[in-house]
Formats: sequence, C-alpha cells, structure tokens
Amino acid sequence: MFWITIKRAVRAGWVSFKRNGVVSSAAILATTITLCVITGLFLFHAVLDTTLATLEQKVDVSVYFTVSASEDKILKLRQTLESLPDVKSVSYTTSDEQVLAFRTRNAGDYLTIQALDELNQNPFGGFLSIKATDSSHYENIVAVLEGTDKKASQYGDIIEHINYNQNKEIIDRINRISDSANKLGIAIIVVFATISVLIMLTTIRLAIYLWREEIGIMRLVGASSGYTRAPFLVQGGLYGAVAWLIMLLITIPTVYMLGVRATSLIGINLFTYFMSHFFSLAFVVLLAGVFLGVLSSAFAIRKYLKV
Amino acid sequence: MITFTDVAKAYQNGAVALQHINLHIEKGEFVTIVGPSGAGKTTLTKLLLCEEIPTQGSVLFEEKDLNTCSATEINHLRRRVGTIFQDFRLLGDKTAYENIAFAMEAAGKSDEEIISDVPHVLQLVGLESRMFHFPNQLSGGEKQRLAIARAIINQPEVLIADEPTGNLDTANTLDVIEILKKINELGTTVILATHDEQLIKAVGKRIITMEHGRIIKDEQKRAHKV
Repeated sequence: MFWITIKRAVRAGWVSFKRNGVVSSAAILATTITLCVITGLFLFHAVLDTTLATLEQKVDVSVYFTVSASEDKILKLRQTLESLPDVKSVSYTTSDEQVLAFRTRNAGDYLTIQALDELNQNPFGGFLSIKATDSSHYENIVAVLEGTDKKASQYGDIIEHINYNQNKEIIDRINRISDSANKLGIAIIVVFATISVLIMLTTIRLAIYLWREEIGIMRLVGASSGYTRAPFLVQGGLYGAVAWLIMLLITIPTVYMLGVRATSLIGINLFTYFMSHFFSLAFVVLLAGVFLGVLSSAFAIRKYLKV
Repeated sequence: MITFTDVAKAYQNGAVALQHINLHIEKGEFVTIVGPSGAGKTTLTKLLLCEEIPTQGSVLFEEKDLNTCSATEINHLRRRVGTIFQDFRLLGDKTAYENIAFAMEAAGKSDEEIISDVPHVLQLVGLESRMFHFPNQLSGGEKQRLAIARAIINQPEVLIADEPTGNLDTANTLDVIEILKKINELGTTVILATHDEQLIKAVGKRIITMEHGRIIKDEQKRAHKV
C-alpha cells in the first residue's frame, strides 16, 4: 500500500503541476530566481576570494643580509623558515643576482653604472623573499627572524634589515580589507539568499492558498492529512527541479560570456572555475531547489489541513 | 445509529448556532432537516463530519463519541459518511473520473477497484459521457450528480446532503431527490438539510424543523407528488 500511495501522490502532483500552468510558472519563476541568486553568490564568493588572494600575494617580507653573510648560513635560515607552518614559500636572491638586476635596471644610467664599477666589489647582499600562508602571519614570521625564536636568533649577525616595518602598514591594511570584505561578502550572501528564499516561500504559499478549498474537500472525503499533503510536496519538488534546469540554461551561457569578456577585469576565468565545480555545484543547487520547494509546500499547506 | 444528546454549539464571537439538541436517527432512515437560513441545519451536519466540535453535549455515531475522535478516526468516519453540498465542492483541476477516483484512493481502494467502479457509478448518475470533463465543463445538475456519485462511491452508511438543490432548477432538483430516495432504499441513512418547501413535500418521511438553533418539531410525513 505504501508504494501505491507514493505512486498516486507522484502522479497526482505531476498532473496538477501540468494542469495549473500559470500557478506552476509563478512558483518556478520565484524558485529560479532563488537558485540563480544562490549560484551567483557562489561565483561572487569565488571572485572575492581570488581578488583577496591576489592582493595578499602581492605582499611579502624581505630579509636583507649583510655583504659578508655566508651563503651556507643564508641557506640554513631559508630551510628553517620553510619549515615554519606560517610560511608558504621562500625565494632566495643572491648578491650576484642582485647586482645583475641592478645593472639591468639602470642600463641607461651611465653615471650609476660607472660608480658601481669603481667600487671594485659587490655592494649588495643577498635577500630572502618570504610569503606567508596568510597575511596575518607575517608578524609571527618577523618575530621568529628578530630572534624571539631560539632557532633563528643565531642569524641576527647576518641580517642587515627586514622590510616588515615599511610594509607593516600596507599588510595591516590588506588584512583589514580582507577581513571586512569577507564579512561583507558573507553578509551579502546571507541577505540575498534570505530575501530570495522568502520570495520563493511566499509565492509557493500563495499557490497553495489557491488550493485551500480543494484541500478542505479532500479532507472531507476522508483523505488523511498525509495523503492530502503528498501531491503538494511532489509539486514543490517539481518546482525546484524545473527551476534548477532553467537556472542552468541561464547560468551556463552567462558565465561563459563572463569568462570570455571579463576574465582580465575580475582576475579569474569564471567559466573555467564554474565548470571545474560544475557537478558539485549543480548537485548542491538541485538539492537546495527541491528541498526548498518541498519545505515551502509543507509549511504552506499546514494550516489548510486542519479541517 | 446517530444520537445527539443536549448538544449546543456557540462560536467565539458569541453567536449561538445550536442549543439543547436531542435527536436520535435510526439506521436506514431518511431525515429531512428544515428551517430558515441560520436555523443551525449546516452546523448540525458539520458536527456529524467532525468539522465542528460541540461546546456542550455529545454526538454519538453508533457507539463512538465524536468529541473524542482522533485524526485517524475522523478520516475513517468521513469515509463512512458521504456528503453533498449546495456548492458541489468538486476538485476543480480533476476530471469527473478523477474526482470519484480520489475518494476511492483516499479510502485505500485498489487500482482495479477504481477502474471497475468509477465508470459504473458515473453510469448510475447518467454521467458516463462526461467522464473526462472537468467540473467547469459541466452544468449545475451534472455537477451535483457528480458530487452524489463521489459521495456514494465508498458505499457510505450515512449520506448528508446540505441544501443539495440550492443551485438547481426544478427538473434537476427532482432528479437529485429521486437519486437520494433510491440511495435510501438501498439501506443508506440519508440526512437532507434544506429550506426548500418543494423538496420537503417531495420527500415526505421524517421531517425535523429547526429555528434559532433549536429543534421545534419532529414529525413523520408522507411524500406528495410534485
């Protein structure tokens, strides 16, 4: 009997969905908007993450060594730094590479090159560029370099200076921007998702309101509340599933166009990103659509079942 | 079969719909409840369907006190009591066939029973050619005959008809009365609520007169030819 009841509920839900085209269209439209907003917010979050990551990548801390610093000691320090969990990467520029870069940079400046030649020795020391896993970790890394950590304190004699203090303001500002942008992003996602879910709930509630008399009649002919409710839940699920299909038809070409036209502007190829997450995203959004449709119907029908 | 004992019904706004109702209806009776609008006829039928709960007294269906029915028991009761209303109360987005099939499905009947019984009952009420029409494609008389078919499809023990001819012309009214009489002859208890004089004369049998929520007369009459 259970499967017969399920079969009848699915059939009744499908038939009612087909026959009540206007009501179904309105509910699907509201659901489509909700699902588009959810997908859009997912992409917005990706753009925000990429932008912040790009900003953070532009920040590093450089440790400049004295001219007399031995390469062995520098490489040892590099190893020590690379073993720290806060450190993402460390790149080493030797003193020879430094002087070569200086010469290239000032190739047209004859006086400067002549002055360098007259020195008879390389005036540049090497340096390490350190990138942290997160911009908030630079302070810890600098603390290690400045000798609060026993492992690194032995390198105090070869370090000429660390440019953290010059960069501190910009690092702090990036930290603040990143933090605020993340919070703002989450707030925007929550607000938009809530608004669109409320619109969807209200539309489905209105659709069910139109059936309130029919629901009462079903109850009066002896249908249990579960049997009366089931076709409406099926209909709610169908709204979600059809809206999901429409959302894909809208989103795929839109994201493709954004990928072609706006990659340089937003710093990420949205289409590539979208396609790389397609199956998980599509599955989650389908689940969200069907779940919201069923849930909205279940909530909306509740009070009309009390006959 | 049905017993009302000192039943009263008052609404939250203070309106009193029924007071001191004492009534017993035997199995197989044809009872006509008459009275002007607001006399309490519809409230009386609603108590039988558990659409309303009395504020005082008890309503017994066989031995069961309807005040104490659970949700499941109410569903079972409604499958034993067929209902016909003035406004037909058909499911607008279902065909004539589906309207009747729904009542059978709700009662847990099998697909085979539905396939065999629905065309048969539609034939009984003369709607076999309208099987796949929607209610808005039927005339008033056809809608009421469809409502009757739905009400009797599960072979109810009681049939409640609340102003069933209020929206019908004379010919359709007489049709409906004839059908109700036939249903009664087959053993179903019929409770007909109406204020239509013509109908009262046509039915005869037991007539209960109500006014201001009270029973003021309970008499047996013979039917007249109308």
